[in-house]
Amino acid sequence: MGKIFFFAMVGLALISGVFFAPETAELAIHPMDQFIVQPLFGHGEISWYTPTNMTLWLLLAVAAVFALMVLGSSRRAIVPSRGQSIAELAYGFVYKMVEDVAGKDGVKFFPYIMTLFMFIVMSNALGLLPMSFATTSHIAVTAVLALLVFLTVTILGFVKNGTAFLGLFWVSSAPLALRPVLAIIELISYFVRPVSHSIRLGGNIMAGHAVLKVFAGFAGALGLFSFLPIFAITAVYALEVLVAFIQAYVFTILTCVYLKDALHPSH
Amino acid sequence: MSTETNAAEVAQAATDAAHESAPGMPQLDFSTFSNQIFWLAVALVAIYLILSRVALPRIAAVLAERQGTITNDIAAAEALKAKAVEAENIYNKALADARAEAQRIAAETRAEIQVGLDEAIARADVEISAKAAESEKAIAEIKAGALDSIKIVATDTAAEVVAVLGGKSDAKAIAAAVADRMKG
Repeated sequence: MGKIFFFAMVGLALISGVFFAPETAELAIHPMDQFIVQPLFGHGEISWYTPTNMTLWLLLAVAAVFALMVLGSSRRAIVPSRGQSIAELAYGFVYKMVEDVAGKDGVKFFPYIMTLFMFIVMSNALGLLPMSFATTSHIAVTAVLALLVFLTVTILGFVKNGTAFLGLFWVSSAPLALRPVLAIIELISYFVRPVSHSIRLGGNIMAGHAVLKVFAGFAGALGLFSFLPIFAITAVYALEVLVAFIQAYVFTILTCVYLKDALHPSH
Repeated sequence: MSTETNAAEVAQAATDAAHESAPGMPQLDFSTFSNQIFWLAVALVAIYLILSRVALPRIAAVLAERQGTITNDIAAAEALKAKAVEAENIYNKALADARAEAQRIAAETRAEIQVGLDEAIARADVEISAKAAESEKAIAEIKAGALDSIKIVATDTAAEVVAVLGGKSDAKAIAAAVADRMKG
């Protein structure tokens, strides 16, 4: 059955390549156009409150989180339905991560970390829908997320530990002569954290979507041989599904690691 | 009029083109940042409220309830198992008790029978000895009777013999002679 379907799709791709090949087979690829923020209604300037395509997809992410976590668990079944299972799985996954990485006293930050995880994983997943808008591909979004984590963790570190938090930069296990050098390196790496934290997520999502668009452009230009880029799109799409989850996971677990540093700043 | 419209259209197209071909990445178009950050904040707050107010407590409750149910079921199963083991022990004990009781009763009965038997044997012995004594007495009587009869017969016979031989029977002498003979 799967084989028949597969060959039917290949045939369809070939036929469409023959019949719908563009008259002017020029390479008109605009891989970055999908990221343009536009007003939802009409044209014009974008002020801070204007509903844009990004607004739409951010709110859709909220709706998706609501559907999964609230509607999915609404029956409170002892033997869970599929939706409830996924909600419980997400809950257990993040809860265990926070508990294992940040420790017992990190558990009270679980709702915040869960918020980050659910937002990122839902946005990444929604961004993979055709014609959608990948909100997490925007550095403004990921930078805000990373800065939230950075500021929270830094303030929390000083509030919890006072000046002892600076011990994070003073590697007491190293030889005394090396410690000032290490302190400078640690300090720099500490302030690079939000940069890498945000660019890792934004860069991955942006690159993946851009690559998909580039292959799509090839598919439009190659005519009969468009099945090659279509296969490539399939492969890259599968990879992107993986990346969508993995990047959410990486962002969340790094948040937990930073949280652990703030709670227990000893090396 | 037409030139005006044309000019407006050209201007529109120019801004559009500027927008479309915004050099490189739309991500670096800082004019949209305030908008993105505002709506991101809205989305994050919404998700936080949804999760912390409704979803997470509910899921935690469901998980705890399930954990409780499982724990209770396991505890109940353990209690039932303990009960079964207890019942088995009681059964085994009852069995052992019954066996001991049976053995005790058997031993008691055996002892009772033994006692009866001994009594009966003793009684029989007594009876036997009594009977034997009686018999002995009877035999002695008979024996004594026989001796007297012999004495009389011998005396008579001796008197007759003496008389036949022509003597005069001296009763005393005969009796003495018979007694003398019978001693020997």
